[in-house]
Amino acid sequence: MSETRILQKKSLGELFAKLTAAGQRLLAPVKEGELLNFAEVKTPEQVALDYIQTRSSAKLATFPPYEPLLRYKFNGKDVEQQPAEPDKRPTVLFGAHPCDAASFATLKAVFTWDSQDAQFETRLANLTIIGLACKKADAYCFCTSVGGGPGDTRGSDMLLTPIDAERFLVEVLTPKGQAVVAAAPQLFTPAGNETKDKVLAKVAPRFSADKLKEKLPAAFGNNAVWVEQSLRCLGCGACAFVCPTCSCFDIQDERNREGGTRLRCWDSCGFSLFTLHASGHNPRHVQSERWRQRVMHKFSYQPERLGVLGCVGCGRCSRTCPVDMNLAEHAQALAEMKA
Amino acid sequence: MADYEPKVIAFVCNWCTYAGADLTGTSRIKYAPNIRMVRLPCTGRIDFMLLLQAFGQGADGVIVSGCHPGDCHYTAGNFHARRRWIVFRRLLDFMGIDLRRVYFSWVSAAEGAKWAELVNNVVADVRKLGPYDTFPKRLSGQIRPLEVA
Amino acid sequence: MEALQKKAKALLESGAVKVVIGFAAGTDAQTARPLFAKTPEQTAKLVWDESCKQNLATYLLKPEVKALGKAAVVGRVTTARTVMQYAAENQIADDAAVLLIVSDDGQITELAKFADIEVYLAKVPRGLPAEAQKEIERLQAMPLEQRWAFWSAEMSRCIKCYACRAACPMCYCARCITDVNQPQWIPVATDPLGNLEWNIVRAMHLAGRCVDCGSCSDACPQGIRLDLLNRVLAQEVLTSFGGEPGYSTRKEYALSTFKPDDKEEFIR
Repeated sequence: MSETRILQKKSLGELFAKLTAAGQRLLAPVKEGELLNFAEVKTPEQVALDYIQTRSSAKLATFPPYEPLLRYKFNGKDVEQQPAEPDKRPTVLFGAHPCDAASFATLKAVFTWDSQDAQFETRLANLTIIGLACKKADAYCFCTSVGGGPGDTRGSDMLLTPIDAERFLVEVLTPKGQAVVAAAPQLFTPAGNETKDKVLAKVAPRFSADKLKEKLPAAFGNNAVWVEQSLRCLGCGACAFVCPTCSCFDIQDERNREGGTRLRCWDSCGFSLFTLHASGHNPRHVQSERWRQRVMHKFSYQPERLGVLGCVGCGRCSRTCPVDMNLAEHAQALAEMKA
Repeated sequence: MADYEPKVIAFVCNWCTYAGADLTGTSRIKYAPNIRMVRLPCTGRIDFMLLLQAFGQGADGVIVSGCHPGDCHYTAGNFHARRRWIVFRRLLDFMGIDLRRVYFSWVSAAEGAKWAELVNNVVADVRKLGPYDTFPKRLSGQIRPLEVA
Repeated sequence: MEALQKKAKALLESGAVKVVIGFAAGTDAQTARPLFAKTPEQTAKLVWDESCKQNLATYLLKPEVKALGKAAVVGRVTTARTVMQYAAENQIADDAAVLLIVSDDGQITELAKFADIEVYLAKVPRGLPAEAQKEIERLQAMPLEQRWAFWSAEMSRCIKCYACRAACPMCYCARCITDVNQPQWIPVATDPLGNLEWNIVRAMHLAGRCVDCGSCSDACPQGIRLDLLNRVLAQEVLTSFGGEPGYSTRKEYALSTFKPDDKEEFIR
């Protein structure tokens, strides 16, 4: 389905205006002090286009840090319940790198494999992803080890590659991508023989996710490896929270005597009490078991059960980790372990 | 805001201030009805989080009151509370939370008149300051609008 | 660096310790990572520079690290203060760990007994880092609304990942107040109130215990200056009560002790 076009960088203002006029909310990477994070924007001047990675991922477009699921009111002995209206706001996610674009497939597998999660599905259905290919990478990126790449089109409705100082090469990949073109057709001019490969960053693969998946079940019982890798892990939730494919959540009620709201909030398997049972037993009571869970879940359980890898190689976990737990390094070590 | 009535929550100790407020009542001294009293055994038991809970549920002002130093029913509870308040006030002020809306007092069981005066002054001050709109509120669960008798 | 590696190697070779906890080079030049050197050869990886920020004393309470045996910890003055404060809070026994304190000019001091650590700390200059002091003064000088605008903005960035708590050596509660859920005392959601309450409660629970290592804000993925909250309260505890945690093993936690004549001017 892919068609190519050219979009002038200076046309972004008009494109944003047309999309906004068509009722779209725009999410894009924005500078917040020293960091970049996804936030609502109105004009391209607000957007950071030349970046390696944002601090937090774009998953908030479909799975925000907290959202209401249900509202309820007590009426004597009865409870009046009202499911929270899913967020239908049409949204364009602009400028997410291919790793982020690819992450939505994993999230979708989690949120729709046995029941259709209305909040997630509605957001995803109303989301258009205009990806931005990568011209730069750093020591933390490892997309090519997990089936991705700096110019990968998976997950994007439209992928922009900055082929020179003035122009993007545009790949229109889905009907939603075509709808973006249709919103401002005069801005998308025909492409010639421009290709993106010349400008893309080079990210050498560090390990094979398939090989890792094969090795992991046997590695489960090798306690020494998990202890060694996770000795420095402090058990915070930073990696899970910035990760585009992590989807664990906690259900919380915010209520008083009259009623309240049931919320879904981000959670992390790295927290010490994540698996604490009501009985008091905690099957993952040491950090090494929680670290093992993180790796197994992303690289073994999810591929096996849901057919998707739980990692897109964006490197955010490693960049954010206060003690430099480099996931690619650990994954590589596991993939290369002697059986 | 013509119909704004300040909501002031008072966290008081059972043995001194609560008894003192009781005396205010039995002495038939009228005072502003804008306060809601929360009775605790001792100021030493008053967690600073309770003050934040009050503001988070819509309070415009908070009073914390207990026995005079040396008179604590549990001997030293108010001494611990005093230290806690000194530190807590510094934190609130540093973060830009309005200390003019937080009042600490020692009101004994015999000081019925003092309690009335204190409450009247606090409510008047908080009325002038207006509702505490800038303080973040709980996601659900605001205290009901105060019905003034 | 070499002197440090030599000392660490000697400690392992002699069997005085089973592991040296220091730093090794990390993923890039600005990053170092904690290293658990269990053999003399592994000490060759030890580094020491400004990228070595995390307070490593926090690992002394981690079960998997305790299982390795007696440890030596590489650190700074704040690392030594941490061990003293652990002692004051009954978290560590005397002589249970060896400290390799590297001063700003590269001198390495080896300390183990509490009495020796106390003597060492009595001689080092005290006070908040100059940058933090300046920032506190800058904020304090702002009018109320501007201070609130600043901290509201900082709080809005908090994602409640609790990296601050994990990195802080003094946050070692097996069940943190955020885990108390009958009722859920501190909201889990990253709404403005939840974020504010979390940061306030952590600052208050550390008042009189914080040893000024700065690991909290170093760990924060969002770059929030929450260290300033802890530092402002460290100042207050010192000014109002003369309390300075981490300089002795005496149990004099400012918020569980008092003087009948503690001074204040705000109680009506």
